[in-house]
Amino acid sequence: MEPQAIAGLTIAIGGLGPAIAIGLIASKAMEAIGRNPEATSKIQTNMVLGLAFAEAIAIYSLVMALILKFV
Amino acid sequence: MEISVAAEQIGELFGVIPVTNSLVVTWIIMAVILILGLAIKFGLRIIPSSLQNFVESFYEMSYEFVEGVLGEHTRVVYPFAITFFFFIAFGNLAGLLPGMGSITIDVIKHGESEALPLFRALTADLNLTFALALIAIISNQYFSIKFIGLKKYLHKFINFSSPINFFVGILEIVSEFSKILSFSFRLFGNVFAGEVLLSVMYFLVPVFVPIPFVLMEIFVGLMQAFVFSLLFIVFIKVSIAEH
Repeated sequence: MEPQAIAGLTIAIGGLGPAIAIGLIASKAMEAIGRNPEATSKIQTNMVLGLAFAEAIAIYSLVMALILKFV
Repeated sequence: MEISVAAEQIGELFGVIPVTNSLVVTWIIMAVILILGLAIKFGLRIIPSSLQNFVESFYEMSYEFVEGVLGEHTRVVYPFAITFFFFIAFGNLAGLLPGMGSITIDVIKHGESEALPLFRALTADLNLTFALALIAIISNQYFSIKFIGLKKYLHKFINFSSPINFFVGILEIVSEFSKILSFSFRLFGNVFAGEVLLSVMYFLVPVFVPIPFVLMEIFVGLMQAFVFSLLFIVFIKVSIAEH
């Protein structure tokens, strides 16, 4: 397989899991805000926390793809 | 179009210490923050000016936020958290200014002269984000020892009461190291990927099309600074929690 294709596949497959995870986290947060609008800022803070962890995995695979392409 | 993952070395300090282009930007940002802080401190008046007003309201808002997470230990931890936030936010925003990556300087390398960029976004260098992550995790250990005492802190990691607890203690040690990696790579990956994206956009269509990407980069830069500080204080809260 050519190296360009491998770099592309790395980020494509590596971004799949985190994308689903972020969708689930955000949807549960929206549900919780809908049930209890008064606690919005607390829910928002914790949602951002969870999003940072989920997105970090996508960033790892992105850095891997960049290293494969440019080094 | 040249993109390099590592920051390029452009000189030497006293002939021994290598100076890279992101180090130059780090010094400039440090000087800017220092001068700003000193100007606000020596300009404090009873009837506040607009800059003092803004800083005071920002301070109150963020102090209450950290107090909501940490409670009674806020006084000691707050300066750390807000310094991380300001440093990373200023650094990320400064990386978007015109002149980063385009102003070049001629460097003699192995006998031939090569034009290398003089400035580079400081958080796009893995050395800097790794150093910030090390500072965050080491001060995390210091604060846990300071708040709950040395015995309870060691009991978290080395625990002989049952085989499962012993294994959990070893996992805790490994997770401290993985926190260092995750902190540094999250910040580095976000900012470096943004830089690559902007380079490609400027290269393809230099007019009008990069505008939404620059806006997204500003948002991502501020968001990453906020997430770094938030994770820092949440990890401290988790490590001083009783079981």
